[in-house]
Formats: sequence, C-alpha cells, structure tokens
Amino acid sequence: MEAVHAIELRHITKRFGKVVANDGIDLTLDRGEILSLLGENGSGKTTLMNMLSGIYFPDEGEILVQGKSVSIRSPKDAYENGIGMIHQHYKLVDVFTAAENIALGLHAKGRLDLKQVAAGIRKISDQYGFGIDPDKRIYNMSVSEKQTVEIIKVLYRGADILILDEPTAVLTPQETERLFTILRSMRDDGKAIVIITHKLHEVMSLSDRVSVLRKGKYIGTLATAQTSPQALTDMMVGRAVRLNIDRPEPMDPKPRLTVENLTVLDAEGVKRLDGATFTALGGEILGVAGIAGSGQRELLEAIAGLCPATGSVLFTPEGGAPTQLIGKTPMQIKQAGVAMAFVPEDRLGMGLVGGMGMTGNMMLRSWRKGRGAFVDRRDPNALALRVKEELEVVTPSVEFPVRRLSGGNVQKVLVGREIASAPSVLMSAYAVRGLDINTSYTIYHLMTEQKQKGVAVIFVGEDLDVLLELCDRILVLCGGQVSGIVDARHATKEEVGLLMTRTGGKEDGPHA
Amino acid sequence: MHEQKTPFIRLAKRDAMPGGQVWCIRALSFVAALLLGAAIFLVLGRNPFAAYATIVSGALGKPTAIRQTVRVAIPLLGTALAIAPCFKMRFWNIGAEGQITAGAVAASYFALFWCDALPGPLLILVMAAAGAAAGGLWALIPAFFKARWGTNETLFTLMMNYIIIGVVKWLQGGPWEGRPGSQIIPQFDQKAVLPKVLGVHCGWIIVLALTVFMFVYMRYTKHGYEISVIGESENTARYAGMNVGRVIMRTMFLSGAISGIVGFMVASGANNTLYDGVAAGVGFTAITVAWLAQLNPFAMVGISGLLAVLEKGADTLHTRMSVPASISDIITGIFLFCMLGCEFFINYKLIFRGRHEEVSKA
Repeated sequence: MEAVHAIELRHITKRFGKVVANDGIDLTLDRGEILSLLGENGSGKTTLMNMLSGIYFPDEGEILVQGKSVSIRSPKDAYENGIGMIHQHYKLVDVFTAAENIALGLHAKGRLDLKQVAAGIRKISDQYGFGIDPDKRIYNMSVSEKQTVEIIKVLYRGADILILDEPTAVLTPQETERLFTILRSMRDDGKAIVIITHKLHEVMSLSDRVSVLRKGKYIGTLATAQTSPQALTDMMVGRAVRLNIDRPEPMDPKPRLTVENLTVLDAEGVKRLDGATFTALGGEILGVAGIAGSGQRELLEAIAGLCPATGSVLFTPEGGAPTQLIGKTPMQIKQAGVAMAFVPEDRLGMGLVGGMGMTGNMMLRSWRKGRGAFVDRRDPNALALRVKEELEVVTPSVEFPVRRLSGGNVQKVLVGREIASAPSVLMSAYAVRGLDINTSYTIYHLMTEQKQKGVAVIFVGEDLDVLLELCDRILVLCGGQVSGIVDARHATKEEVGLLMTRTGGKEDGPHA
Repeated sequence: MHEQKTPFIRLAKRDAMPGGQVWCIRALSFVAALLLGAAIFLVLGRNPFAAYATIVSGALGKPTAIRQTVRVAIPLLGTALAIAPCFKMRFWNIGAEGQITAGAVAASYFALFWCDALPGPLLILVMAAAGAAAGGLWALIPAFFKARWGTNETLFTLMMNYIIIGVVKWLQGGPWEGRPGSQIIPQFDQKAVLPKVLGVHCGWIIVLALTVFMFVYMRYTKHGYEISVIGESENTARYAGMNVGRVIMRTMFLSGAISGIVGFMVASGANNTLYDGVAAGVGFTAITVAWLAQLNPFAMVGISGLLAVLEKGADTLHTRMSVPASISDIITGIFLFCMLGCEFFINYKLIFRGRHEEVSKA
C-alpha cells in the first residue's frame, strides 16, 4: 500500500536577513513513529519545527499534511491540521490551574465549562498514565509536571502530530525515562512524534528514525537501528570527531578546599545552600550534579566570595597553611594569595563585559596591577592574542565586543582567561551549555589538563553522561543539600539520578 | 495571505552599521532639522535663509558675539563632562542642576564674606575649591544612599535639585540679602570675579582642560575601567573584585565636584553674584549634550558649541527680526529632536509590509 505521510516537507527554505536558517529541507514523518531531529546549536532544528507549528512562515517550499498541501499561518492553523508543539520554554500562566491553562484560547462556543475540560484532561491523563491533577496550580508544580500539562494541552486540542523541542533538558534521568515511556505509548497509539534534541543516547534509545541537520541544510535520515552515536556525530559535525574523554587517575590528590557546613540564604531568607560539607582535592575533577537551581550557583559563588555565606571554606595551598575564605571579598581572597579561577554560569552577565573586546575582558583579572592610576593594556593585549591563538577564538580582532561573538567563542574567551591565571582552584558552572560538540570537547580537555597540573577542578554540569565520563568524584546536590558524593568511575546514572531527587539520600524533602 | 497578517511597519534591530553610514544618517538628520526649522520660519512669514543667516551671524559674526556664545557653551560643556562618568556607569545623575547650585552657593559664601580676609588669587582658588567640595558632597548624598540601600538615584538626584534651589531662595531673601527688601544678593567684589582671558572669563580654559582630563580619566585609568565595567554589569564588577559601592560614591563625588566648579564659574565669572537661577537648566541640557556626544568628551565640545550657537543666534533673531523669543527654544528643540531621533534609525530599521525579509531572532 502506498503510505500517505503524516507530514511531508518539500524544499522548505527560511531566511532571517542574510542568514539562511533552513535551506531547501525535505523531510517526512509517518504515523506510529518517533523521529529525532538531530543537529548542533544553530543548525535550524527549531526554526524548521516552528514553521510546522505556525510561528514562522516558510519563504519557499511546501508543507503537506496527510498528502494535502496546507498553509500554516498561525498556531491555530497548526492545531486545525492536528499539529501541536511543546516548546522548550513553557507557556503557562503560573497562577492558573492545569485545567484553566488548557482551556485558555480554546474559543469554544457558549459558556466555559471548566468541569468538562477537567474531565477531558482526566481521560487523557488516564489513557497515557500522566497522573496529573487538573485543579493543581502551575506554581505548585515541578518542572516535569509543567511539561506534562503542556503535552496534555496539545493532546486536548486534538493534535496527533506532536513536536517536542528539547524536552529532556530540564528533567532528571527518572523523569526522562517516564516521558519516554509515555511517548512510546503514544507512538503505539498511532501518533506521529518529532523530538528535537542534541543528546545522542536519547536518540538511540527512543527514536525509530533520525534526521540530521547541519548549518541549515538537510544531511540525511537514517533508521536508528542501523546507525551509531559515532556515525551520527560525524554527520552532525560534518567530519570525524573523537568522542571519548581521557580520564587519567588523579596524581597525588591532597585536600585543597575543605568546605564545612556552608550555608547560603537568599534575599528572602530562604536557604539556597544548606550545610554543604565536602573536600575538593588538588589533581582531581569534582563534578557537581543536581536539578537546575539546587544550590549549584550559590555553592560556587559562596566559595568565590560573591555571596554572603556562613560555615567554613578552608583553602590549603601546596605545602602551606590553610586560609579561611568565608567572610572575605573576592579581592581579599586574591590578596590572601588564593589563585581561584571561576567560570560562572552567566558568562556575559558575570564573567565577562559584553561591550568590551577580548583585551578589555582579560583586564578583569589584572586591572588592579601596577602602582599608578593608569591601567596596563599591554599585558592583557598579549594575553588576548595568546588565548585567541591557542583556543582558536573566531573574532575579527581582540578589540571586537565579545557580546557579538558566538556562544562557543564567548566561552573560550572566559575559560581561556581563567586558566591563564594559573589557578590552584578552578570552578566552572555549565561550562559547555549551548556549545557545539567540538568546543565542548575542547573544554573537557582543558579541564583534564588543569587537573593533571594539580589544580582542584570543580565542574558543575547538567549532562550526567559527561559527568560520569569526565569527573573523578561527583557531588550531588538536592534542594540545597549535599545528598551524596559518589565515585564517578563506578557510579551509574540511575544512582546519581536518585540522589538528585533525594530518594537515595536523607528523609526530608527539598526546600521550596 | 501571509503578508496580510504582518503589521504594516515593523521594527528590527540592526547589526552594527559601518561608520560612514552612521555619519551619513546624522548629517541627514541635521538637514532635516534645518528644513523643519525653515518651515517654522515660513509659517511666521520670515525668509528662512535670512533667518538662518541671522542666527549664524548673531552667534559668530562679531568678536563680542563669539564671546557671548562661548560664555553660553562653557557651563554646558563643563556639566556634560561632569555627568559623563555617571552615565558611563549607568548611574542616572539628573541632579547636576543642584550640584551646580551647591557649588555656586559655597563659592559665593567666600566671595561675600572672605573677600577682605584673603588676597585676590587665593580667594579665587578658595572659591573654586569650596565650589568643588560642595558640589561633590551634594552629589555624594544620593550616591551613599544608592550604595548602601539601593535607593533610586534618578528620583533622589532630581529631588536634591529642588532643595538646594530652595536654599538659595532663602539666602536671597534672608541672611545674604543685600539692600533690605531687594531679594537680591549683592554683586561680588572685583577680587572675587574670575579674570578674563581673550575677553571671556577664564572658565573656558578650565573646561577645555577638564575635557582632556575626562577623556584620559575615562579611557586610560583604573578608575575609568572600573566605571565601564560597572556600567555594563555590576555582577561582573563584583566578580572582578571591585567595590561597587565605593566606586559609585567616588564617581559621584567627582561628578558633583566638576558641576560645583561649573557653579563657581557661572556665579563668579558670568553673573558676578548668586541667584536661584544660577544653573538655568544647564544641568538638564547637559544630559542631552552628553548623550549626543555618546559620552565622548571631545564630541561634547562640538555639541555644546552647536547648542550655544543656536541659543545665542536665536536670541539675536528675536531682537533683529522681531520673532517671538520662544522661537529660540523651538529651534533648539527641533535640532535636538532630529539629532536624538536619528540614533533610533541607526539602531533599528523599519520593515514595511510585503517585504520578504524576516527579523532575526537574536
């Protein structure tokens, strides 16, 4: 039988000014399958799907739904064609209940009957095992529950073609597995599903077919069963990439940072970090895992002297006496002879000055040097040129504002500067977020290089696979508390995942 | 169709424009201002060419005219230089008006009551120092509250203006009043008047020196670097080990001190006395000067000069061609509007319906 595709894209092109985001893309999607759309940041995955969901309109090309050519001008048109998209950033009203959110914008005739909506939600919820309470308000929900509401919203409107944009970015391994189970049962139910992702193991475990985009161009589609992560990476990047991370044994690890009972309160007096106790060793990479907002930022900023904290952080230099860091400002920490490098999560808002060039940003570490009133620009300029050369930063000149560089280059400037300060402690938060595979591996190698120099590296990450491959030990945070420290060479993803949600740790639940 | 759904005109942020194009747009805006102004003159029944010629000759035609124009430009330039570091730091100091007045009050105190006790040159120096100190302290108050408790500096600096102007009114009618009932503070002794160089009080040398100073200060010093970083991101500044509160207070003191010196120059050099209108709106116009110059001190020289020419020239226009006095403000307004408005077109572009050009998400 000649199968009619649920969706067929013919030669879709979309331009943003001079940038061609999608360049003549052909793609098909069938009922009863899960298709992964794979590609690096900026390869055009989201743009392509936004044209299916009515956010953008293609400049050229044709969209066929069930074999018929359609014109999708708005999300409403998309729904009429049975297409629904679950965006990366949820679009929900916090103070409304699940049912109210789902009823929003339905434009049903007559009076709004929330009870009927709730009944419909329960029906869908039971069918796929969502277990969602229609009367629960959004602000009381976890991230995973909010995502479920978004999925139900789409299903409630009758969509049977679902597009999910990086749905697992904010989920724990357990929540991810649960989502995948639901997606599989929807597939078996005859729905067509597209999942946008750049995590290869998810592609391998979930999808039936994989389509790869690179720099706005369609590269090809493969049956998942007949491919491998290495082959997919090569397609994504366009050349062979080495995907393994070297992990030498720590040499002569000695306590470098001894953290005891470190506690941070935010402006409202809520405990963001609660009695953290651990030791970071020189010559090892200590990974930090946890759901976003579990106290990672506060932990690093407290150690760096950037936010008020109680407890104790003792820094022990090579063959020297320990120094207490708590109660010191960043400048006092520096003056105490502690060489601390910090790659913060907010690169342009904390680590760099967006409006300045590389030279101006190198000066952030050295501006106070020298006695006179004038700043020295010569050394920072030399450093900028060196970082540009060694880390292959793509910039027109070292005076070009770093704000206008790509994410990967911004991060290279930041990491390059921090490593150049010859640190004995190197802290980094989400160092590879938003970076392409190549740059990510460059960063991993740099971290390992520092570890081999005897630096105590603290690496806050979100990809558990990477943490387990890169780090020596992993500290897991949950609700501001340390729920466990595991040996990364032997721990499994599930173990770490359980610690992230505290089920494996202490009894009391996470803080609000 | 698709096109029907898009709005008629949309805005899109531009990529950085090449420098030549930027100046081209600025030149066009200047022409637009000339044309708009010409329309006003036509409505008034005056020949636009003659009117513009009068403005130029009124401001620059004779040595005396030039001197008067320079006298208008001096406080404008000085105050624009004063607020530049604050704005670079994104600290919205709109209290230069008050800081000028505070400086003028302190300088006037020495001019009125220490005239006999101090020799001439020393008296002038003491007046300048007192003006700087008073302006600086007046500016330090909102800076301290901002650094300590995060108060809103815009409202705070604005309110401080009214307080000090009120103080001057009280001095005028009370303790410093000259002839009883006159509501006027007496003229300063000749010893307390700024000496003239080339026919204009020597304030012009001071502001030109300040221009160079401010350029070097903002661009090449550690203080200047701290100011730029804080202006971009306070978090980055803290990350780099800067004491943000201290830099805010230090910069505001410097800013207020320069405004205070302007106050001293106006009271001593131009007015030879103190009255409540000593700042005469300069503190606000200087904001426009600073922004138009994009905080570049050398550009401020040109901009404040241009505004002074407009103001002086329009004054002459008022007397010679008997157009309403408010025409000066209208013409100045039109020029400012066009020059500020053109920055919009440098940063954004308009997209009309039917063009198949999409807005970049970034």
